[in-house]
Amino acid sequence: MQADAKIRTESATESGPRGPSCSLRHFACEQNLLSRPDGSASFLQGDTSVLAGVYGPAEVKVSKEIFNKATLEVILRPKIGLPGVAEKSRERLIRNTCEAVVLGTLHPRTSITVVLQVVSDAGSLLACCLNAACMALVDAGVPMRALFCGVTCALNADGTLVLDPTAKQEKEARAVLTLALDSVERKLLMSTTKGLYSDAELQQCLAAAQAASQHVFRFYRESLQRRYSKS
Amino acid sequence: MAEAGGITTESVAGDRARAARTMLDQVVLPGEELLLPEQEDAEGPGGAGERPLRLNAGTRSRGRVVCGPGLRRSGDRLLVTKCGRLRHKEPGGGSSGGGVYWVDSQQKRYVPVKGDHVIGIVTAKSGDIFKVDVGGSEPASLSYLAFEGATKRNRPNVQVGDLIYGQFVVANKDMEPEMVCIDSCGRASGMGVIGQDGLLFKVTLGLIRKLLAPDCEILQEVGKLYPLEIVFGMNGRIWVKAKTIQQTLILANILEACEHMTADQRKQIFSRLAE
Repeated sequence: MQADAKIRTESATESGPRGPSCSLRHFACEQNLLSRPDGSASFLQGDTSVLAGVYGPAEVKVSKEIFNKATLEVILRPKIGLPGVAEKSRERLIRNTCEAVVLGTLHPRTSITVVLQVVSDAGSLLACCLNAACMALVDAGVPMRALFCGVTCALNADGTLVLDPTAKQEKEARAVLTLALDSVERKLLMSTTKGLYSDAELQQCLAAAQAASQHVFRFYRESLQRRYSKS
Repeated sequence: MAEAGGITTESVAGDRARAARTMLDQVVLPGEELLLPEQEDAEGPGGAGERPLRLNAGTRSRGRVVCGPGLRRSGDRLLVTKCGRLRHKEPGGGSSGGGVYWVDSQQKRYVPVKGDHVIGIVTAKSGDIFKVDVGGSEPASLSYLAFEGATKRNRPNVQVGDLIYGQFVVANKDMEPEMVCIDSCGRASGMGVIGQDGLLFKVTLGLIRKLLAPDCEILQEVGKLYPLEIVFGMNGRIWVKAKTIQQTLILANILEACEHMTADQRKQIFSRLAE
């Protein structure tokens, strides 16, 4: 009797040989797939897959409550092993991005918890986590002032730019930049970089990421429209 | 008259603000800005540039537009904060207001709103107050005097674990929510402790709103199946009681499933059960 409540959307981006211009891997997103969290989403980019669940606005411990806004917590669990320092630093980056976008002042003294589970990691993990977190926050109905997305750029030794690199491309690259952009004016919300690059290359990556984020936001829009078209 | 936003152009600088009227019943995303009808005249096709300051009030009188759930005022525009379908209701009668705009979103978590009728579970009794779990971020407080016919000597018979149907008198983001089981005249009007037996289960908030809409077919069909007692809480909780446990469970399953079923599938199931 229970019809399928999960809504799955896939993007039609080609995943073949990639040129230097905007060419992201195949996306897929599934919303409302977990029954316990208030919102959940699974985001797939090529072979990288992350599952996100959001609980909130819920009760918060008195020691952690903030009197005038919501306490945002992010928990990132790796696929194998215990969470370590790398996960802690990624959690902090994701939390800072979410705090910039979520309207926490509407729910003071509450907690909004985002739990992310890495299902498979094949490069661009942080960007995939950011996308999954955004879709899960939208699914939970947490008030936000904009949507956000993550885009990863890899710079090779010869200066070419690759968007959404695989794990192999990330290892061979000279620099890897992960940028989080918002949907209203494509402004930069968060950036984390590793490696050596010049400031001209940074501007180039930013421009490429802004162009790529259009595709991601269009995919969000299609996926949400499909979800609401069922009702 | 220049209409701002009939064409959807994707620019790198972001989407322009569109007229709320053109977006009715469409899916809106957080971050989009909507223009109210009065502002369309001032926006030319060039988009949000400099607007000439109007010294005369203009021919149209500015009605008061109410900004409902999912929307916030940002400057003189409406900012969408939740994803869902944009809806509008015209003001009734002689009111000159601009009506209400809101976003119909699908959510599971309840946020207390003043005036909502909810089903709560009593979790603690401390002195003169009961703590009631309503599914929000904080338990609501319910005074023992807020029942029909309750006095200091004649206390209501409420135990921990009981189900309470009441309404919020205080519910805002800064204070602990407070609920009562009497209306403004002091009558219970259906509120109070919910009786023994029956089943309490949780559904999404959108389904409750759908079931409580006037002329809901689902409720009429369910009523024809078995005699039943049913209580809907706006916090996503439904309490149902029928003559036997099996009938109660069937009703609970139907109500949970009808969110995802189309009208035809529902009619099939009802006709199968009626045999």
